Formats: sequence, structure tokens, C-alpha cells
Amino acid sequence: MISETPLIGDFNVSPSGPLDGARIGVITFPGTLDDRDAARAVRLGGGTAVPLWHADQSLHGVDAVILPGGFSYGDYLRAGAIARFAPVMETVVKEAGASATSSSPLPVLGICNGFQVLTEAHLLPGSMIKNDHLKFICKDQVLRVENTSTPWTSQFTPDELIAVPMKNQDGQYVVSAEELEQIEAEGRVVFRYIGENPNGSRNNIAGVTNERGNVVGLMPHPEHAVEAGYGPDDTTGMREGTDGLTIFTSVVSSLAGGNK
Amino acid sequence: MSEQTFNIDTVANAATTPDTDLPWAELGLKEDEYDRIVEILGRRPTAAELAMYSVMWSEHCSYKSSKVHLRQFGEKVTEEMKKDLMVGIGENAGVTDLGEGWAVTFKIESHNHPSYVEPYQGAATGIGGIVRDIISMGARPVAVMDPLRFGDIDHPDTKRVLPGVVSGIGGYGNSLGLPNIGGEVVFDSVYQQNPLVNALAVGVMRHEDLRLANASGVGNKVVLFGARTGGDGIGGASVLASESFDDSKPSKRPAVQVGDPFSEKVLIECCLELFHNELVEGIQDLGAAGISCATSELASNGEGGMHVELTNVLLRDPTLTPGEILMSESQERMMAVVTPENAEAFEAVMGKWGVEYSWLGEVTDTGRLIIEWDGETIVDVDPRTVAHDGPVYERPYHRPQWQDQVQADTFSASEAGQNLPATAEELGEAVVELMSSPNMADVSWITDQYDRFVGGNTALSQPDDAGVIRVDEETGLGVGLATDCNGRYAYLDPYTGAQLALAEAYRNVATSGAVPMAVSDCLNFGSPEDPEIMWQFAETVRGLADGCQELGIPVTGGNVSLYNQTAGRAIHPTPVVGVMGKFDDVGRRTPSGFQRWADGQAIYLLGVTRDELDGSEFARGRGHLGGKPPQVDLAVEQTLGEILINASRDGMIDAAHDLSEGGLAAALAEMSLRFGVGSRTALDELCERDGVDPFTALFSESQGRALVALPRSEELRFTDMTSARGFPALRLGVVDAESGGIEVAGPFEGGSFGISLDELKEAWSSVIPSRFGAITEAEIATREQ
Repeated sequence: MISETPLIGDFNVSPSGPLDGARIGVITFPGTLDDRDAARAVRLGGGTAVPLWHADQSLHGVDAVILPGGFSYGDYLRAGAIARFAPVMETVVKEAGASATSSSPLPVLGICNGFQVLTEAHLLPGSMIKNDHLKFICKDQVLRVENTSTPWTSQFTPDELIAVPMKNQDGQYVVSAEELEQIEAEGRVVFRYIGENPNGSRNNIAGVTNERGNVVGLMPHPEHAVEAGYGPDDTTGMREGTDGLTIFTSVVSSLAGGNK
Repeated sequence: MSEQTFNIDTVANAATTPDTDLPWAELGLKEDEYDRIVEILGRRPTAAELAMYSVMWSEHCSYKSSKVHLRQFGEKVTEEMKKDLMVGIGENAGVTDLGEGWAVTFKIESHNHPSYVEPYQGAATGIGGIVRDIISMGARPVAVMDPLRFGDIDHPDTKRVLPGVVSGIGGYGNSLGLPNIGGEVVFDSVYQQNPLVNALAVGVMRHEDLRLANASGVGNKVVLFGARTGGDGIGGASVLASESFDDSKPSKRPAVQVGDPFSEKVLIECCLELFHNELVEGIQDLGAAGISCATSELASNGEGGMHVELTNVLLRDPTLTPGEILMSESQERMMAVVTPENAEAFEAVMGKWGVEYSWLGEVTDTGRLIIEWDGETIVDVDPRTVAHDGPVYERPYHRPQWQDQVQADTFSASEAGQNLPATAEELGEAVVELMSSPNMADVSWITDQYDRFVGGNTALSQPDDAGVIRVDEETGLGVGLATDCNGRYAYLDPYTGAQLALAEAYRNVATSGAVPMAVSDCLNFGSPEDPEIMWQFAETVRGLADGCQELGIPVTGGNVSLYNQTAGRAIHPTPVVGVMGKFDDVGRRTPSGFQRWADGQAIYLLGVTRDELDGSEFARGRGHLGGKPPQVDLAVEQTLGEILINASRDGMIDAAHDLSEGGLAAALAEMSLRFGVGSRTALDELCERDGVDPFTALFSESQGRALVALPRSEELRFTDMTSARGFPALRLGVVDAESGGIEVAGPFEGGSFGISLDELKEAWSSVIPSRFGAITEAEIATREQ
């Protein structure tokens, strides 16, 4: 278990609300940065965040798992390439991947570096390469939610436009032509960039899901758009955007047997 | 050590070979300094001892030229100012009590020369170093800021330095998960070949987590952990290669350290877990002078003695000599003192985070720092003589002869100060020209390469007046920080210039709504051996210390960077001042721009405008630098600060922006550019009240001024507050969300001018990308929405 210092984004603050039952694991790899932020988002979404440690195979009975952003192992080899071999990932793959026997496989969300880990682990198609402009870029990004049938997006309305921060260096989504055709045909593009393509991603893809719809990856950061005053700018004012919160309320509600 | 490939110069050997020639001069020691070492030891130093003394007695580590002046920061601190000061100057970073059981620590440092030699690694390790200073106080780092100064924007070398520095800061800081919340970007040819890359880091902790760098408790164990020790950053130590008789070792090593942000991120988490589990008695980061610094400082701040076996140090390069190991500045290392009972628990934390460590020795009460190499003593010194009793110089200084001449060359009397814009058309064009000058231009090409969101506690960041970070999620308790300096002002008058830097940082923090509490400084100067530069330095310190005393906020730490000069040409004196302020609730922070929903709000100008164009951005645009900088009145700044803080706390104002470089014209433009919301203002009353012409009203850089926007329902309450304090407040106009432009009326030919925000934005935002890299249409498009 992670020993936490009682500081910002405290994992151990007790949650509140009627849906506390949803226990959502947040994995920390060495070099993970947004784990506290993801835990906060889970809490604000009405769930209970459970810290998971990369070296611990056990998922501690969580109902869903988030792989947060960061630079796992420094991204020195290739983003996500080492983290996919972490013991915890074996269990994630077993419970969420194509071989999962459960009728309701484990919902998994990979954000930014987490998305990269999921593609490296072959839970999601495609791969991420350096942005076409070759720079790290941090900005408010508008996305269209194109698939609302995943547990992570069930509370969005189809084609809803949302603003969430984006911040990455290796965010260009690439995938083979056949796979691209397939995921488009199957409606597995979950989020698409609106406006000019910010990094050269194929078909402006910002997020995709697997065939069963339980695993979702996206490059921008919904966990940074959950609290007014600390999110992206939106029409109501500076840093007021909280569109990302719906991802976390969606999964909590789905797990509670809501509108999946 | 069967693989040993060099002679070991032991203490015993040194005692019997007093006449051995040592390369003290090559290591940067002066003859009298070397003689002093011999006197202290009562014999010649060993090679390892010489290495230690030479790095610890360097300007960088010993502050030997600046110390006599820096004392004022301590001497001019009153009891009242110490009220919230938990740790003052002298430790790795100062610590201020924030209330509610929280404390905050922050500090600015320079990494100027390395960033010139190797921009990416220099800037990256600058972040790494300052962040380790913050960790070693027991705090979790929560944000960084970067005050940057480069040569002329069009100089070819600026194209080499700037992109490397920016990606180094981003590459390192982003990987640590620290939001970058502000800083400065200045272009001036005086910084060619001497770019200034300063870095500020801020951390927070609970009171009980405070840690200090001392080795206490006889018998406690000394441990080195983090990255392995390599040959990087050894610099001058290579002359000690005379120790070596093996020519197979790598001969060329980088003098600039190489950073590994992943190791540092793991080190941060690992240290915080050590603190949380109370496993360390004392801790010190390894920065300049590496193990030499850490052992001698820990020992002399504690029980006074330490015994170390140097062969236990884990090496990246096994050919390093003892002297090189002692001097190596390899990054991402820490040294701690651990009780024997906690050793096992300490090792468990290291194991969990995959951090390498090695037990080097133990704390003693002998008063000696003994370092052995494979059982043979190679260092036997009183650690105080290494860490604290370095040379102190009273360097001569005098006011430069050219100072009077420069001050006599006022803008208004100069050729540059003739044919000033006077008509509507000329004034409008001058505003656009000002905003598209390199120092006023949009810096988002730079700041968009930094993560400002990570942590989820950033309430304000660039381009707002201050960076604001929430500390406590429950209460909203937080901090606001700003760094500022105008080197041109400091060149014209260093004493006033230092106070102007302080005043601006103070004003920026207050403008955001925070109550200023503490100061950190990074004093960047030329060579202290030049009496005229030394005078600039002395005046700056005096000005800053006096200013802090008057404002009642202490200097809690900082850094001095000297020898920023090339071929006899020094930089402008550049005392970068960082001010930290406190918010009871960061939710009250005031943004620097007009928001769309603020249509029709009243715009007020606070403060008095005088004819103060010497040293201004407008004068720079015409290539002029002379005269005297704007007057500084810290009592006025304090009153202005109170007004802005109260207005923020009571929710009276919705936007505020301080007036600094570029004066009213820049502030009006920036408030509109922030969210793309225009304004309509009139200068008639201002010109009449302050007796200035419209040009002066727009471009003067008088201090103690700010612009605010407030709902009409708050006007009465606000003006009651300003008149109760006798502070000038003038209703200048209104926010206009519909017009898409800035309209300024006034007593000039043509009656009024309008500037389209689209055009202004295009001019303002293309300056930096057009020089340093293409900006995609997508980036422009999203910024415009």
C-alpha cells in the first residue's frame, strides 16, 4: 500500500455521497504524476479512490481502474513501454482484456500516459508517437464525445462538446489503416479533437475504446477539469470548466447499475 | 580495492611530504587562501582535502564576495518581521508559517552559466537543484517559476539558447509533476553570452514535517541515496588527474551536469515517505560541491563530527578518484542521517521506490570530518573550516564614473524623446508597436510547453500577475508568487532598481489578492572584482534590505550569481525578486483580464501618473537608456496592496492588473488580450488631474498603480475604500465585450483611437513563434476561442 503524506490531493480523505460504494483503483507507477488528481476526480465524482501500486498484483477488489498520466519510468524507452510489464498490469489485462471471462469486464480508463500504457499492453489498438510539432504542449482542448455507451462516458449526451486540458509530448495517435477503418466502423472512437488537429493524430482521434467497450484511453486530462476554479477556461469564466467530471460520475453511476 | 588505479594521497602521506606541489591555483584558489588552508590544517592538504576546500571556498558556495553585504538581510529584519518566519536565511530554503498548521518554503536560484554552455541540461538541472532544496526542508514541492533573460531576440545565439532552455525547463519540470505557474521572459542584448536562467520552486509542508540539514546524534548513520555518482559536473577537479596514472579513464567529461527527472520524481516521493514515517534525523541535498558540501555542512551543523568511508559511494564511473568523487555534481542525490534503529525501515522505503543507497559512515562527536578511502584517512578536517569559515572579502567598490552621465541623459532631453506620438493615429500605432515589441509580446509559445495543470491546485498561472497555488483543499488556504526585475532600472540606479523589483513583485502578488509575506532573491551581476560592479551589488543589497524592512517582509533566502560578463561586458545588475503571499482562500484570487461576462463593468485606475519615461519600454523601443528610473514609494505600494487585497477578499473586483513595463497602454492591452474582451476608456480626466499629456498618460511607467474592473454595484463601496485611504482612484471607462476592440479617447488630435483586438493579438502573439518555431493554426485557433 502507498503510504501517503497528508498533503495536497490526499487519497485518504473520506468520500461522501450516496454512491460511495464504487471503489475505483488509481495505479501509481514510478514516474506517475496525476495519481492524486485522478483520485480527487474519483472522489468528486462520488466514488472512493483506492491507491494501487504497480508492484502489487492485487487490485484489492476495486470495481474499476484508472491509469493516470505522467512519465512512467521517465518514458525513456517509449511512453508506457516499461509500465505495461508491471505486476499490476497482469491482473488488469486478465480482468479487462479480451480473455476476461466475466460478463461485465473491469472498466479501465487510461489517461495520457495511462492511455500509452494501455496501447502498449494491447488492451487498446494503436500507439502514440511524438507530437507532429515535436513540442510538449499544454492547452485547453475541445473534444467531441462520440461514444456514450462505455461506462466512462454514459452520462454524456451523444456528440457533446467538452473542454479539458491537454498536456503531452507524445500524443500523436497512430494506428494501421485497417485497424483505423475497423475502430471507426465499430464506433470505437470515443473522443475526437475539435478544431485544428493539435498533434497529428489520425482522424483527430483523442480517445478510443476496446471491442467490449470497457477499456477507454484518452490523451487529454479529464481529471484536470473536475473542479471550478482549477480547470480549463470555459464560457462561464476563467478555469471554470468541469466537463471532465462527467467521466467520473459516469463510471460511478455505471457501477451502481445506472445507465450503462 | 584491488582495482585501484591511482595513488591515494593520505593524511599520513601529506604530513611527510610537505613540499609536494598541489594544483591549488588551477582549482581556483588564491595563494593566500591556500596558505590559510595549510595554516588551518597545520600541514599541506591532501588532494581530497584540497578538492573539498577549493569547491566549498568558491564564490558559488562560500559567497565570499557578497557575504559582507548579504548580512544586511539578517540585520534589517525586525522582530515583527520574524513573526511568521520558521526558518530564516542560511538553511537550504527559508520557511514561512502559513497558518492552519501549514508552512511554505520557496527559493530562487540561478543556473546561468550552465544554461549558456548547454541550454537544455543547464536549465533542466537548474529546476532539479532548486527542487531538491525544497525537498530537503521536508516539504512537498508544489510549483516552479522561471525568470528568464536572453540576448537580443534576433541574435543568432538566442535561437540556440532559448529553445534549449525552454525545453529543458519543460522536460524536467513537467516530468516531476510540478506546475509551472509563472516567471519572466526578457530580451536584451546585455544578456548575450550571459543568459540568466533563474528558477524558483515552492513547497508546502505540515509544521511537524520541517527538516533541517544537520547531522545530530552520535552513532547515527550517514547514508547517500538516489542516483549514482558520476563524472559529470566535476569541472575544475580534472586537474587533480595528476593523481591518476591510468590514462584509460574517460578524459572528456561534461562540465554541465546531466539531469534525470525520472530519478528526481522518484526521489521526491521517496523522501516524502521518509519524512512521513519519521525515518531521517537530518537531510541535505547534493548540489554544488556534491559530497564535499553535504558532509561538511551536515557535520558542522550537527554534533560536529562525521566519519565516512568513501569507497562505499556507488559510482557510475569506477575510475573516479577520491577528489573527483568529493567534487562530483551528479544530480538527483541526497544525503541523510538515520538512527541505527531506523536503518531497516529506511532500506524498505528505498526498496519500495527502487532507489539505490549506500551507508557511508556515522555521526561522531570528535569535531572532525574524517573521510577514509579503503581504511586510509584521506580527509581529516574541522568541518566548520570547510563549510562556514571560508574566506570573506571586503571587495573595494565605488560609484561608476559613468553613472552621473547616464543619469543626466534623460529620455525627454534626448533625440529619441523627440517627435513623440501625439495624434489619435500615432498613439494607436504606438500602442500596437509597443505590444509587438519582444519584451511585451505574448510568451505563450514558451509557457505552453510547461504543464500548468498538474496537481490540480493551480488557481492562477501565467500570464496573470501572480501564480497561485492552493495548499489546503478543505479551506482553500494557498499562496501567490511573483518574480520581477527590471535590469534597465537597476542599471540607471541600483538602489532604486532593487526596490522597484521588490515593489513590482509585491504589487503583483497583492494584485492577485494575496497578502505578501516573504521574499527570496536571485542577485545576478557581473564580476565582483570590478569595483563598479561591486558598487552596483552593494547598492542593490542595501536597497533591497531597506525595502524589505519598510514593507515588513523578510528575505528568507536566495542566491547570488556573479561573473555574468563576457569580454569585459557585464549584464545589467539584475536582482530578481520573488515575493510570496498568502491567501486565506485562493478562490478569491483576482484574474488579470476582463472576462466576457464582465461586460459593462467599470474600469478604475489606481495611483498617480507622472512624467516617468526614463528606462521605460517606450524608450527601449527607441533605443534609449538613460536618466533615472521611476520613483519608488513603498508606503504607496503598501496602501495600494491593501486596497487590492481587501477588494479581492470582499469580492468587489473581478479583474486587476498592475501597471509596470509599458505603463497604462500595456496594462489596458493585456487586460483585453487575456480573454479577448475589449474596453472603452477616456484619458481626459487623468491628463487633467495628474497634469500629463496623453502620451505620458499611456506610456509612463510610474509605480504604485493598478487597473481594476468592478461591477457597477460595487463602485460606491470601492471608491469609499480608496478615499478612506486617501488613494487616488479614477474611473477611466468600461469593459466592452461586444466591440472586439480597445477604444481610447482623450485630449489629443482626432479625439479617440481604436485598436482591433484581432489585429493586436496577431501582432502580439506572432513575435516569439515567428523567431523560434512555427505555431500551428490549431494553437492560434484554440487561443482565440
